[in-house]
Amino acid sequence: MNPRLAKALINGLLIGGTLVAVFPLLWMLSVSFMRPGEASALPPPLWPAHATLANYHELFERAGMGRYLLNSLAISSAITLLSLAFNLMAGYAFAKLRFAGRERLFQMLLGGLVIPAQVAMLPLFLLLKYLGLVNSYAAVVMPAMATIFGIFLVRQYARGIPDDLLEAARIDGAGELRIFAQIVLPLLKPIMVTLAIFTFLTAWNDFMWPLIALTGQEHYTLPIALASLSREHVQDSELMMAGSVVTVLPVLVLFLALQRYYLQGLLLGSVKG
Amino acid sequence: MNPPRAAWLFLAPALLVLGLFFLLPVIAALVLSLTDYDLYALADIRNLRFVALGNYWELLHRPLFWSALGHTLYFVVVGVPLSIAVSLGAALLLNSPLARCKPFFRTALFAPVVTTVVAVAVIWRYLFNTKYGLANYALDGLGIHPVDWLGDPRWAMPTIILFAVWKNFGYNMIIFLAALQAIPADLYEAARIDGASPVRQFRHITLPMLGPTLLMVSILTVSGYFQLFAEPFVMTEGGPLQSTTSVLYLMYEEGFKWWNLGSASAVAFLLFLIMFAVTALMLRVARRGGEA
Repeated sequence: MNPRLAKALINGLLIGGTLVAVFPLLWMLSVSFMRPGEASALPPPLWPAHATLANYHELFERAGMGRYLLNSLAISSAITLLSLAFNLMAGYAFAKLRFAGRERLFQMLLGGLVIPAQVAMLPLFLLLKYLGLVNSYAAVVMPAMATIFGIFLVRQYARGIPDDLLEAARIDGAGELRIFAQIVLPLLKPIMVTLAIFTFLTAWNDFMWPLIALTGQEHYTLPIALASLSREHVQDSELMMAGSVVTVLPVLVLFLALQRYYLQGLLLGSVKG
Repeated sequence: MNPPRAAWLFLAPALLVLGLFFLLPVIAALVLSLTDYDLYALADIRNLRFVALGNYWELLHRPLFWSALGHTLYFVVVGVPLSIAVSLGAALLLNSPLARCKPFFRTALFAPVVTTVVAVAVIWRYLFNTKYGLANYALDGLGIHPVDWLGDPRWAMPTIILFAVWKNFGYNMIIFLAALQAIPADLYEAARIDGASPVRQFRHITLPMLGPTLLMVSILTVSGYFQLFAEPFVMTEGGPLQSTTSVLYLMYEEGFKWWNLGSASAVAFLLFLIMFAVTALMLRVARRGGEA
């Protein structure tokens, strides 16, 4: 094939694919500024005739969107901080500290990856019910405080820390906690950022477990609130698109800002050792 | 503090969380699936009876379970190859030396992956609205009759598959792109000198070199697609005529709508067994293919 034609074809396909990938998101943004009912017309408008923030006002003032946004922020941040701490500690121990049965325990953990999380959901609900924790932030945060994937990721990365460095610190009389805090953690910074953004996005987008565990509106996260609103407001496409913008925009911005770390984590996680 | 003791202290929080909120519930789920735990047992645990494999036996005789399994398999069997083909296609385009503005295209194509399923499913519901949706408007422009995308039992699942491909292809695209970049350039150089066409280069160099990646991506995608839930929950509520009721949707309704937690646990375990068997089969087929 003629190289100029090939070049045009390849870039043309990329532009087409990008349009398909991004169009629904741009359409969402555009419709969210339309007046109620404006999108339900023929031909379907692509652009608001008179851009308005009315849908956002309605969402935050009447539908309690501010509350859901705060719930999502609080739950996702708590999960990110706690699971980061626990996964870092465990991943480091599996990589660098010696104890009997280390390899076997780690293999068992990896074996757990084949079990879909939904298998645990029904008894987990009963457990939380007996603890009186159903419909609380804790019900969503606690089960997510450590993940096998996170421990695996940290372990892979921490194996690159030279043993001599840790030995030298031990000979100087540093305690294990101090070694972890002052030597290991600074070296793990890149994987910390990767794991943090991964965890935050997963927690933010999570649907099935919060749907089960959060039974009262006052605790709803954005996806749960959006799903419930969309059943009430089937016809209000403008309002629902504004709700989708509020739900999607924070994670999209976070991803764009920290893209490099996110993609690195995706690749590290897919190379199962 | 000696290292072994320190190690266990470092491990304790994570292992406690995983043990209490994952391992214990999984074992409990197995026990639960052997009981008739329902609304009465929820109110008073003394109403609980052991039914051995009764729940499994009943499920295997329920048409709804088989249809849910059928819909899930439909989603997996059509959705996974389609997703992987689109991911690989996009990765090949991005990897081409002729492509321009690669970082921009990569980010834009990846964007749907990080979005919230519920939010983008709501968008798709309006884009594929029968009357005012842009999808039908575009088809109308081509002279094709409007399709009742989410209201017609024949079309609802294909629409959900289309949605899943759009939402997920970027993930595997990134993995394929990394694998493509790892293929040594001199292999292609040698093939070019021997006069191999781009199609033959793809078949005899690219595909074999991607083998292990392809297997891993397939297994991960298959197990992800078996867990279909949020898409039908938001887009179709399992309908129309239960044509998009997946196994997990059935588990959710059985467990949290009708409170038959025993029977719902059996559904969850059957899904786990099926996923396990399919994964094992894929590994076996791949190993045999590798030897041949």
